[in-house]
Amino acid sequence: MHLGRVIGRVVATRRLPGLLGEKFLLVRPLDEQREPCGESLVACDAVSSGLGDLVHVCDGRESTLALHDPFVPIDATIVGHVEEFEHDGPGPQIRGAVTHDPAGAAP
Amino acid sequence: MKIGRVVGTVVTPVQHPAYDGRRLLAVRPLNPDGSEAADRMFVAVDRAQAGIGDRVLLMAEGSSVRAIVGDEKAPIRCAVVGVIDEIAMDGKVVYPPA
Repeated sequence: MHLGRVIGRVVATRRLPGLLGEKFLLVRPLDEQREPCGESLVACDAVSSGLGDLVHVCDGRESTLALHDPFVPIDATIVGHVEEFEHDGPGPQIRGAVTHDPAGAAP
Repeated sequence: MKIGRVVGTVVTPVQHPAYDGRRLLAVRPLNPDGSEAADRMFVAVDRAQAGIGDRVLLMAEGSSVRAIVGDEKAPIRCAVVGVIDEIAMDGKVVYPPA
């Protein structure tokens, strides 16, 4: 499970029947300084996320358990919106909702 | 299981119902000697009352974690399962630092 920022969406009209109705978003994983780390990934969305949201992503087999059909070929799902991130690093703390920030530049 | 350091706490008011009432920690994976491992930062459910700065045991394998949290259908993959008091390597104590 990781922190990430929603940086886009992916539209795929032709898909497996078990994936009908699921929304695909492009997520960039972040480290504790909110710097990108690792490769971007495509994740399903279980909590109505939007562009710029700071989110909590569950990966692996467990990611499908948040979806309507738990037996689908998905390896990442957004399971929470991050409102507070208190940390011991040098960067700013996050308190209060950081949602729908199109620039992705909020703290 | 991995060794890690708790670097922060995460609050997600809008979340999957399986996370209701569970405390989330941000954990940076470490090598046994305390240097940062190549893994990216994890978000984990707290099962050991850990706090920021604690050296912890991180379980990052789904089915064991689902057994720990008592919900086989929960989309939860990572949990902090212990707070580390001491790490010894090659006969020398590497944590806590002397």
